[in-house]
Amino acid sequence: METAPKPSLWLRLANPAAFNALANVLLWPLIVGTIAAFGYGLYGAFMTSPADYQQGETVRIMYIHVPAAWLSLFVYAGMAVSALGTLVFRHPMADVAQKAAAPVGAGFTLICLLTGSFWGKPMWGTWWEWDARLTSVLILFLIYLGIIALWRAIDEPQRGARAVAIMTLVGAVNLPIIKFSVDWWYTLHQPASVFRMGGPTIDRAMLTPLFVMGLAYLLLYLVLLIVRMKTELMVRRIERLQIVAADKQARQGGSR
Amino acid sequence: MNGTSFPHAGEMRLEARNLMIRRGYRLLFEGLDLDLAAGEVLQLTGPNGSGKSTLMRILAGFSQADAGTIRWPGLEEDDEPANALHYHGHREGLREALTPAENLAFAAGLLGGDAGSIPDALDALDVGPLADLPVQVLSAGQRRRVALARLLVAPRPVWLLDEPLAALDTAGQALVGRLLAEHAAAGGMAIVATHQPLGIDVRHLALGGIPS
Amino acid sequence: MSAILAVIRRELTLARRIGAGVELGIVFFLILISVVPFAIGADQKLIGRIAPALLWLAALLATLLGLDRLLQADEEDGIVDHLQLAETPLMLVLAAKALAHWLVTGLPLSLVAPLLGLMLAIEPQAMLPLSISLLIGTPALTLIGLIGASLTVSLKRGGLLLSVLVLPLSIPTLIFGATVVKEAAAGRAYSTPLMLLAGVSLIMLVVAPLAAAGALRFARN
Repeated sequence: METAPKPSLWLRLANPAAFNALANVLLWPLIVGTIAAFGYGLYGAFMTSPADYQQGETVRIMYIHVPAAWLSLFVYAGMAVSALGTLVFRHPMADVAQKAAAPVGAGFTLICLLTGSFWGKPMWGTWWEWDARLTSVLILFLIYLGIIALWRAIDEPQRGARAVAIMTLVGAVNLPIIKFSVDWWYTLHQPASVFRMGGPTIDRAMLTPLFVMGLAYLLLYLVLLIVRMKTELMVRRIERLQIVAADKQARQGGSR
Repeated sequence: MNGTSFPHAGEMRLEARNLMIRRGYRLLFEGLDLDLAAGEVLQLTGPNGSGKSTLMRILAGFSQADAGTIRWPGLEEDDEPANALHYHGHREGLREALTPAENLAFAAGLLGGDAGSIPDALDALDVGPLADLPVQVLSAGQRRRVALARLLVAPRPVWLLDEPLAALDTAGQALVGRLLAEHAAAGGMAIVATHQPLGIDVRHLALGGIPS
Repeated sequence: MSAILAVIRRELTLARRIGAGVELGIVFFLILISVVPFAIGADQKLIGRIAPALLWLAALLATLLGLDRLLQADEEDGIVDHLQLAETPLMLVLAAKALAHWLVTGLPLSLVAPLLGLMLAIEPQAMLPLSISLLIGTPALTLIGLIGASLTVSLKRGGLLLSVLVLPLSIPTLIFGATVVKEAAAGRAYSTPLMLLAGVSLIMLVVAPLAAAGALRFARN
């Protein structure tokens, strides 16, 4: 046990009450920041930025689509770090964060897939194209779903956290392999007419709103993560209180 | 089979300090100290839900205590505790489609025993004639005896037996007492969770719910 | 070492005795392949074209099918406790289990696949590559499945969850494996996908037993 008079922030956060206190301080500024960033970003995306000379107005889907793709990977990376936190440091908040992040990450991935599909309809003339990037994101989505299903199948969150952490890390090891294999597969089967999403040459006037939207997504993620972590802590607390109450009742009833 | 003595017998001990164990969110016990020396048998009692089985599984290393330490002084540095102990739980550890002889041969290979000792071990538990029948035709008591024969097939100094007397008849229960006495005499140690008397000299530890 | 042999010997005995072993796996493989023409029609050309994919898909499903019982049956019998007490490290014990599973599923499938390929009008020059790709690739499927089996060891209805966890991770194996056969059938060089397939198997050989041992310990903690 640490006997230092003032433990590091990291250690103090292991206490749910300390986490909640910090979360309450951060939550409102983050919410305000999220709204502001979305407001500015969406205004830029739909009002000030130019339409693409080839794609026309549909290029605006990019501002929703591309940041979602960034976040789908960013959230997974965060989960992998949390998984390490669970396995190596046994940090109690790590498994809460891991559990809270999974559905949010899956949500961003789904947004990426759906907007990709909307974008594909006018561009490719079809709702779905087995394009290398979309396919990789689809597999990432499936891995998210597997992890969420695993969480739901495990009845005791503390007990299951390390098992899920292993699955998350196995997924992290596999993602580059999957990405490589899908890219490789795609070059082998590449159809003739293809439009590559978000090519390397994007005009400055498009880049700024794109990055602001990325920031907005990131802030939204942090807000959702904090809210979900608080909820998860509350759920655990309620379960604990229920058991304590049931034990007390059993003792008083003399049925033990 | 009898009088197996273990390397480092007499030096090995179990030292558990300040164990705190929760199951789910329920505190089973805290501040539990446990000491056991070679040649000793500890009988573990306590009401249902007091954490006997959980404690056994933690001592076996299958799960971790929420606080406290478990040490096995006297165990060679490079020797894992898992390699020095037998765990006998509620489930027999037998596959129904295999015979007792096959099940024990697997245990011997896995746990480091001598497959040649299987007939003797089965005889010692009075189930020798059943060696080549599939386990699925055996009664609950016969299965328990076959499962206990594993203790003799792969000699290990620490026995953790969770309710070993369940399903056994009087003769079988006396047999377990005798096995434990011989094991202790050979320098082994054992922890037995049961409410029935073992008929031998044992130390007692009663787990009770924690008053709150 | 004796622990590894004991694990393999026991799995083989069980496979022989319960009959859920070699024959049933091959029968399942055969049935999967037999139902395909009913779904897509008796178009020999079309069937021949998709045969490499079909054979690899069938191998994937046949491998996956027995995996949920690989550890769950032992868990129900209390044998996983003993696996954890083995003198050999748990990851090696689990690797031995995977090897035994492969010996009764992946290996026989690899050997009979060319025969079934005949039924699917596969090009003759793709027969040998088909066998080789399955021999090299099915170990990866078994090893990936081992991780899933460990994670779901104590869960009821773990079989479905196992598939959900494992199938996305099997995609690279499927891509490289099916491509070997496709390229061979088209008369092109197939050494690149074969190398990549071997690479996936080797990575899984390193990663899977380690991950499975951790997962098994934690899943039943």
